Order: sequence, then structure tokens, then C-alpha cells
Amino acid sequence: MTVIRTPGGLSLRFRPRALVVGAGAALLAAGLGLVAVGSGDYPMSAADVLRTLTGGGNPAEQFIVGELRLPRLVTALLVGAALALAGTVFQSLVRNPLGSPDVLGFTQGASTGALVVVVLGGGSLALAGAALAGGLGTGLLIYALAWRRGVHGYRLILVGIGVAAILTGVNGYLLTRAPLMDAARAVLWLTGSLDGRGWANAGPLLAVSAVLAPLLLIGCAPALRMMELGDDTASALGVPVRRLRLMLLAAAVLLVSFAAAAAGPVSFVALVAPHVAKRLTRAPGPNLVPSMTVGAALLVGADLLAQRAFTGHQLPVGVVTGVIGGGYLVWLLAMERRAGRL
Amino acid sequence: MHPGSSRLGGTALTLAYDRRAITEDLTVAVPDRSFTVIIGPNACGKSTLLRALSRMLRPTAGAVLLDGRDIHDVPARKVARTLGLLPQTSIAPDGISVAELVARGRYPHQGLLRQWSREDERVVEESMAATGVADLADRSVDELSGGQRQRVWIAMALAQQTPLLLLDEPTTYLDIAHQIEILDLCARLHEEQGRTLVAVLHDLNHAARYATHLIAMRDGRVVAAGEPASVVTADLVAEVFGLPCRVIDDPETGTPLVIPAARRRATVPAPEPA
Repeated sequence: MTVIRTPGGLSLRFRPRALVVGAGAALLAAGLGLVAVGSGDYPMSAADVLRTLTGGGNPAEQFIVGELRLPRLVTALLVGAALALAGTVFQSLVRNPLGSPDVLGFTQGASTGALVVVVLGGGSLALAGAALAGGLGTGLLIYALAWRRGVHGYRLILVGIGVAAILTGVNGYLLTRAPLMDAARAVLWLTGSLDGRGWANAGPLLAVSAVLAPLLLIGCAPALRMMELGDDTASALGVPVRRLRLMLLAAAVLLVSFAAAAAGPVSFVALVAPHVAKRLTRAPGPNLVPSMTVGAALLVGADLLAQRAFTGHQLPVGVVTGVIGGGYLVWLLAMERRAGRL
Repeated sequence: MHPGSSRLGGTALTLAYDRRAITEDLTVAVPDRSFTVIIGPNACGKSTLLRALSRMLRPTAGAVLLDGRDIHDVPARKVARTLGLLPQTSIAPDGISVAELVARGRYPHQGLLRQWSREDERVVEESMAATGVADLADRSVDELSGGQRQRVWIAMALAQQTPLLLLDEPTTYLDIAHQIEILDLCARLHEEQGRTLVAVLHDLNHAARYATHLIAMRDGRVVAAGEPASVVTADLVAEVFGLPCRVIDDPETGTPLVIPAARRRATVPAPEPA
């Protein structure tokens, strides 16, 4: 812990290691982004990309960077950061390292919304809107079902797993009802993909993140750290536990739903990014900022792999995050087991 | 011993979980600068009362008053600077060090741009010294024994710097030596720092030895309240716990000592009391 104090009685306290991890992951995300924007059918050097971003370059380059590649990159950064932030908040709230939106049913809810649009027919804007509505609706449903004199971690997990199972069934049914072409499009969406994402996809998520990220990072982080000590202790320390939990849940559900509306339910980022951040910072407590930057770097890196790993054939980014995230989780469990902690 | 003043108390309290009433029309006062201990059989409502006194449970009728105001009208953070609570169960985050955990007790005194003042630093050091955990400051809380861990939690509550401190069964899960160690620590905090302590205890003899004010409860009612010497009698123990017993003077402290009646006498007869 390092402390900076001003003569006026102000003081800031931070962990240098967490700062380094947060900044390092942000730099990594930016570097990977630079490579991603520079690569493709029209390759550009990093210098060219930077020159184009700052207003230089020819009209063709302006179009390729500004309209095709940059929105995809921004969407990837935002989706990665939003999922990681929401995942950290969920895991911290339910005090369970597996408490991610994939497990708690919010992702499945967003998928249900999207699939309804696929079956009934509708454009990509309607699909994004329905995914958003599905995620938020599932959030409300789980909250209502889990509420009994406040919402506690275990009940939320159990209700969430139940709702997730039901929605998975509903989603399977909807897929079988969809015309074949639409079903193929739906499966691509369900995997999570950044292909062809434009400013229309990034915009809403950017707006929501711009409001919620400062609220969570500045307004709620200290109280969230106290909530880790248990409801009773947090409340004895002056944290309004119920109100805070409701606010945090709402914020996390909004982030996940908007992320799903932008890129589909990209798997495992929300689950894995907080763990990676925690291992790197070695700090107890919710590592919100490092998690966010790790999540952004993870998704940008995964998307770069998805685009370039196989020449002439793009993968949906959800395939890559699934393989990386799942692999990391299995490795983590094996390590914990070897260390005798599991 | 305690002139009538009381910063914390409850009047005409009805406390209930869902609709099941635990206590009805209960009135209690915690004398200032006392070491008040609440005793009673299981499910008598003593922990429920402590939760209400600490603002964790909202009464369905009546009010808990802190410095003359309904405690639910006072902002949570302000209450947390006056009244601390050591709950029965707390969770230490993985890998947190003793010093960091104790430092979290400063939360109600901190702000966005006042994250770690010199005052915070000094109070945390003093709290660790007072509870004898200063040597463990850099150790991980996971590695500590039960008794050490309980002292760390008490240090965190002390760092909150509240004139009133409530403890919910602070000696549960500890062996006899650590129970006495924790109670000695509480007595010292009460005497040396002038704090008002309220504890729920299971062991009647510990309560009688350490309390300056006893509240005996049964079925959600206060059966007796006052100094241990006047409260702990064979009749009262029979009434509150349904336990036939003798009450003698504790040879160490002179406080009442409860000896439960034996199912049958020892084969070698004990010497008759003089």
C-alpha cells in the first residue's frame, strides 16, 4: 500500500502492484488494438494507423479505419471491460468465484430475447433491443424470485442457476422453431461475434458504460470492499447493505445486457477476467479497474485471434473466449487442487 | 454504580422475523460506561435484541434510541461512528493481512479524498496494540488460530473508534483459555478506554464475573436487570434457565458462581457447606 497525502488533509491510498497491472493491461489492449486495426485485407503499419487516427491518411484509409475497423475495436474494448466489470461485481456480491452472469442466467435471458426476434423476424436493431430487454427482464425475474427480506448470495445463485436452466430449454425450443437460415444466424449470434460491428453497436454500450463505470469505480468500490466481510460486518461499518446490493445488481445486469446487445453473449470473459486480475494483483477485494482492463485486453486479443488465426476463415470471438476461458478455468482448478486448496 | 444516563436503549420494542414475533413490548436501557451482558436460554431473543440495538433489525413497533433519536432516522455511517458491532460471523477475504483487515474498521471515517489519514494510521496501530495483534500485522488472517482471529476482529471494531461496542457471543467456538483471554480483553477495554460494552454471552459464570450490568431474558421478556450480585440468584437461574442450582461466591472474584445441581451426589460425599 502506498499513501499520498497533501498538506490540506487529503489522502489517497493505492497498491502500486494493482496500478501496474491495470495500466499494463490497458497498454496491452491498446497495443493489440493497434495491431488489429492495422491487419486485414488492407494491411497498414502501426504508424499509418496512428496517422489515420489523428486525422491523416487518404480517404480510403480514413474509411477503413474510421468506419470498419475502429468501431469493431471499440466494441471489443467496451464489451470486454463491461463484462469483466459486471463479472467482478457479481462474484463479489454473491461471494462466490463462479458467480458470473453466464452461470446466473442473465446471459441466457439476453439470448432468449434475441431468439424471439429471430423466430418472429426482425432486423439487427430489433435483435439488439430484444437481447437487452431479455437480459434486464431476467434480472428482474431473478431478483423477484430470490427476494426475501433482501437478496442473499446463495439464494441468488440457486435461483439464477434454475432460471438459466429453464431459459436454456426455452432457447433450444426457439432454435428448433426458427427457419433454417435464421437458425444459423441465431447460432452465430449466440456464440458471440464482433463481425461487422459498427458505431451503432458501440454507441449505446459506450453511453451506459460512461455512466455506470464511474458510479461503480468511484461511488461503490469502497462499500463493495466492506460487503466482502459479510452483511453484518458491512452494515456495522455503516454500509447501507440492501440498497447498495440492489444498486450493484442493477448496474451489473445493465452492463451485461448492453454488452450482449452489442456482441452477443460472449462467454467466459465475465468469469475469467476477475480471476486473472486477482492473480496478477494479488490483492484481496474486488479489483475493479484491473479486471476491466484485463477484460478489455482479453477480448481484443481473442478477437484478433478469431480474425487472423485461420487465413481466409474468421471465427466468432465467442469460440476463442470459450476455448481460452474454459482452458484457463480448468488449469486454475487443477492448480488449486494440486496446491491442496480444493 | 451507573447513574441513570443511557445513550442506547429500546422502548416498547416488538421484534419479529417475517411475522413471527420474538419479543413484544420490550424495554431495555444500556447504562453508560457499563459492561452490560445479556444472558438467557437459547431462542430467548437476546441476539435478536442485540441486532435491533445495532440497527440491523428494524423493530415492527417501538424504537431503539441512540442519543435520544430513533436509530433508523440516523444515517448508517453516522451510527457507525458511534456504535460498533462484532457479529457472530464475519468473513475474512482470502489472503487479507491482519493490518489490512483492522484498517477496514476505519471505513466510516473515510471519504473519497480522505482515504488514509495519519489519524487512521495511528488508530489502527493503537487498536492492534490494545488487542495484542501488533506482532501479527503482516500475517495473513487465514493462518491465524481461532483466538488470534477473534482478537483481530475485535481490533477492527476498536479501530472504528465508537464509544459503544456491541459483541454477539464473542467467545463462541473458542477453548476455555481463549474465552477468558477475550473476556479479559473486553474488561480491559471497558476499564481503560471507558467504552460502553454490550455482549451476548452463553456462559452464566462468565457473565456474572465480567459484567457490571446484567440483563436476563426469557421468552422475549426481560426477567431481571441490574448488578450481577443482585441478579444471579438460585431462584432467578431456576426461573430463567429452568436449572436447579446453588449460587456461591466465586473464590477468585467474589462474584456469584453458579453450581448446577448434580443428578446424584458423588460417592465420596463433598464437605458440607459451613
